[in-house]
Amino acid sequence: MIRFDHVSKRYAGGRDALREVDFELANAEMAFLTGRSGAGKSTLLKLIILMERASQGQVFVDGINLNRTLRGQVPALRRKIGVVFQNHQLLFDRSVFDNVALPLTISGYQPREVGRRVRAALSKVGLAGKEQQLPMALSGGEQQRVGIARAVVNKPPLLLADEPTGNLDPDLSREIMNLFSEFNQVGVTVLIATHDLALVDAMAKRVLQLRDGRLIEGVGVAGGSTDHVRVDQRGEVPGPTRSEGGDAS
Amino acid sequence: MATRPSVTVAAPPRLTAWLAHHRRVAWESLAGLLRNGVSSALTWLVIGIALVLPALGYVLLKNATTLTGGWDGKPRLTVYFDLASGDTAAQRFASRVKGWEGVDGAEYISRASALAEFQRRSGFGDVITSLARNPLPAVVTVTPSEVAPGEIRMLAIRIEGSDDVDDVVVDLAWIERLSALLTLAQRAVWALGSFLGLGVLLIIGNTIRLSIESRRSEIEVIKLVGATDGFVRRPFLYLGLWYGLGGAVLAIILLTACLAVLSGPVQRLLGSYGSQFDVHGLGLSGGLLLMLIGSIFGIGGAWLAVSRHLDDIQPQ
Repeated sequence: MIRFDHVSKRYAGGRDALREVDFELANAEMAFLTGRSGAGKSTLLKLIILMERASQGQVFVDGINLNRTLRGQVPALRRKIGVVFQNHQLLFDRSVFDNVALPLTISGYQPREVGRRVRAALSKVGLAGKEQQLPMALSGGEQQRVGIARAVVNKPPLLLADEPTGNLDPDLSREIMNLFSEFNQVGVTVLIATHDLALVDAMAKRVLQLRDGRLIEGVGVAGGSTDHVRVDQRGEVPGPTRSEGGDAS
Repeated sequence: MATRPSVTVAAPPRLTAWLAHHRRVAWESLAGLLRNGVSSALTWLVIGIALVLPALGYVLLKNATTLTGGWDGKPRLTVYFDLASGDTAAQRFASRVKGWEGVDGAEYISRASALAEFQRRSGFGDVITSLARNPLPAVVTVTPSEVAPGEIRMLAIRIEGSDDVDDVVVDLAWIERLSALLTLAQRAVWALGSFLGLGVLLIIGNTIRLSIESRRSEIEVIKLVGATDGFVRRPFLYLGLWYGLGGAVLAIILLTACLAVLSGPVQRLLGSYGSQFDVHGLGLSGGLLLMLIGSIFGIGGAWLAVSRHLDDIQPQ
């Protein structure tokens, strides 16, 4: 689903955010991206949704070489990727319903279909009945779950999350991680950037660790997942095994 | 990529959803404008004033053209006959000239009726009755079928060559001056219209730019979830449309009020010249045209702003 091929990213000003990053995330795999602040986690995610472009190397998402995508192709790519942001990126003057419906409205779904899917996504994240509230009226955890509902409402094959539990207490964090795990179990590829190492250990999934822009660890953890993917020393993924999943909602 | 169990999605009927989105965006942008009543009204007023000036010029010009046309539309040639030749020569000429090519009609005025009319109109009645004999010649007024100055001049020369004709008077200079004046005024209205149109474009462009700025974070979010450029542009183009259309409607109202105020004095002025004249407004087609122009300027101004500023806004 995601393949980084010797990817480096140097920002204007000369800071190297990523150096020679090389890994592959198989279809329906779930992995954590860890590292200190400034290690390059956010940059790596930004490369996948084309908020930034690689300075060197190639990024592939769903078989598409992002180096070769044109401006006009960016929206189509982003619709395949659900993204959960640390700062939620919600529209605070729109209702919860409208926020979650956004990806569907953009893709041109019928209002009836939009309603059905939004309610399904909201009940999946435990926010059924809060459709008409404004995001401001919700707690931080609830806002984060609105963000998750929006990320999954159009059933994207790939789900990215940048510090999704950044501001939440441990119980809520675990709840949210379990939610991601559920999506993964129905076949969604999930990549979560986090520095909550305790939670990462508890989840027992593959971990990609960044330090100063380099990938220093990409070893999956055996057990607990349907996807036991190990990355060898060169950072390459052996043939992945995976299970067939059902429908996400 | 062999399996992707959760992604298969039945293609939604795009067109109906697209139309539904247009309706929704159109309505939402209008509702947004109405919510910000005062600032929207001010923008509408500025656009309305900028549109009403050239529109007023256009209407007044159209009225002036109708008015000069109302003075019979065509110039007349006044043919004076030798006093000695008397009425009969004029009478014969009048019936003959009607058959000429380029002549619409001819009216014979006998010496006696000319005197009577002069007596009646000039106020010198007593003086004239004291005259020993009628000093006025017989007159034929010829209405040419062509209004071009060249044609009229040719006709005048031909009439001058006829028997017993003393003089032919055509006030060509007056006609030429008036038509030059109207052309000049037309150009002036066009120039004014162009400048103010450019002004409207810039006003709307700037208003839309501010609106884009104020919705920057929203634009970032919808770009992040995969909105196309068209989707991002749409609300701003509708906003431009409403500004332009609303400004045009306001301009029509201002224009109607303006003409209502002008109409009375104009009628009194023309009445003093013995003329009946109603001041005409834009009319239905003129009003629709103004609304169309306003809408085009609105969308155009919005497009300028959107194409200049939307690219700058990328998700951070």
